[in-house]
Amino acid sequence: MKSYISYFKLKFITGLSYRAQAIAGIMTQFFFGFVYISVYVAFYESNHSSLPMELDEIVGYLWMSQSLFSLIYLWYKDSEIINMIKTGNIAYELLRPQNLYFMWCSKILGERLSRVTLRFLPVIIIAVLLPKPYNLDISITAFRLLLFIVSMIFSSILMTVLVCLYHVICLFTLDERGVVNIFMVIADILSGLVIPVPFFPKFMQNISNILPFRYISDFPFRLYVGNIDFNEIFISLGMQIIWILILFILGKTLTNKALKRVVVQGG
Amino acid sequence: MSFIMVKHIRKTFKVPIKTEGIIGSLKSFFNRKYRYIKAIDDISFSIKKGEIVGYIGPNGAGKSTTIKILSGILNPDSGSVKINNLIPNVDRKKYVKNIGAVFGQKSQLWWDIPAIDSFNLLKDIYKIDDNEYKKTLNELIDLLNLKDILNIPVRLLSLGNRMKCEIAASLIHKPQVLFLDEPTIGLDAVSKKMVRDFIKKINRQNNVTVILTTHDMKDIESLCKRIILIGKGKILYDGSISKLKKKYDYLRKITIETKDKIDIKRNYIVKEKKFDNKIEFTIDIRQIEINEFIKLLSSKISIIDIDIESSNIDDLIIKLYEEFEI
Repeated sequence: MKSYISYFKLKFITGLSYRAQAIAGIMTQFFFGFVYISVYVAFYESNHSSLPMELDEIVGYLWMSQSLFSLIYLWYKDSEIINMIKTGNIAYELLRPQNLYFMWCSKILGERLSRVTLRFLPVIIIAVLLPKPYNLDISITAFRLLLFIVSMIFSSILMTVLVCLYHVICLFTLDERGVVNIFMVIADILSGLVIPVPFFPKFMQNISNILPFRYISDFPFRLYVGNIDFNEIFISLGMQIIWILILFILGKTLTNKALKRVVVQGG
Repeated sequence: MSFIMVKHIRKTFKVPIKTEGIIGSLKSFFNRKYRYIKAIDDISFSIKKGEIVGYIGPNGAGKSTTIKILSGILNPDSGSVKINNLIPNVDRKKYVKNIGAVFGQKSQLWWDIPAIDSFNLLKDIYKIDDNEYKKTLNELIDLLNLKDILNIPVRLLSLGNRMKCEIAASLIHKPQVLFLDEPTIGLDAVSKKMVRDFIKKINRQNNVTVILTTHDMKDIESLCKRIILIGKGKILYDGSISKLKKKYDYLRKITIETKDKIDIKRNYIVKEKKFDNKIEFTIDIRQIEINEFIKLLSSKISIIDIDIESSNIDDLIIKLYEEFEI
């Protein structure tokens, strides 16, 4: 266990050593948040038919998704792991008295948490200070905040097992393009990061309710802004747990399979 | 009982054949053909504890594949491997604690951070206790002279310094077996010598068994008493270097400079070349000692200068490759 935490730590250190990247990240997230929100504000002002979310809800949803973006977006590959598979450096990973799957999971989670640590607060602070209606509302009941934190913890784990699964698939394909890319596009759209899930057509909503992707971002953010009732909160928390288990078992089994037929690239 | 026992291992790789050009690529996209390459074809050997064995052969002979099988990364298709009474791919987790490896063309250090952080990670991975770790680390720092380079991000290190760190990383958990796959590749003469000296030292001090693959015959000459030569997946020679030399390394080139004319015909002179006022004899030292030959020459002519080409293991290996047609 301790060694997996060390991977996590090391990824964290590495992530923190890129200051320029972090600053660029903050600016990007702030820029996108602002652009998206301007679009929605204009849309809400010109459209008076009933919409699935209130304006302040959508603004909160967007700021949360931007500030936590580097933790939860699903269009993500760990370049170090991918390179390892491609160049054959994975030989060293296999030499360690450890489980490859857990090793990768802790690397992925470590890197993503290190990124979000540097970006989260600045974006939130700026968003809170903006004038109405662009600002983020941080008045939230303690109970809902607690539920939000729990859902974010599950969401991070779910993200980790899902992203780790991409990388495990790369063990078979020896390349991160192709199947994995298609998978990532679908995941990204259905997670609600492009357009929030409530704005999806009904049948798309049904699909994304069954699949794991929405429970990584859409669900916790709607929980935060209060666009979800209590029944649904507990069902969704259950869905998070179920999908964590499914993806974990799938990833672990596939890893074991892959290692039986592993080919180390090059020399 | 041998420390490392390898019995009749085989490994075949399936490689897709791709035809050239766009049409060819399209064709092989829909109808992929495969070729089977026997990387290792019935290899057996055993190694005693504390031995340094050179595992040599031309490119593509199956050296790296063997190392990967021995280190438990690849499974052999058939045959058995037993090292220190453990089977690498079955008792993987237990087994890998006892081995270290350096793959000269790959890296086990984290690229963006100083090597010391990678070492600390390895400490946790191998669950080394604090005092033990400090002791080993200080030893390695002394032996390899790492003091000034440990705190520099690995990407900024020169290849020689990086290789020092790689080797240190492979030894931090005090393995009993060390696999070195081309550890001196790309290094300059000074770094090469340093790496060799270090390998000798840890072999002597800690009785570490070392299996070394390399294309640099000087590595072999200075480190190994025993070599295993493989080609096309089979073992061609397994034994001491001195025996190999006796068997194959019997020709010497002696070049003399003289103003006199000379004409000797003896059957131990294999070849004779003349240019300007130099003559190059190639003689068979099984039939005459060099010293006798020079005596003979000096009795007939006056020698201005003489050059005796020392035996060269590179040539020996080339000769071997030729003989075995690999």
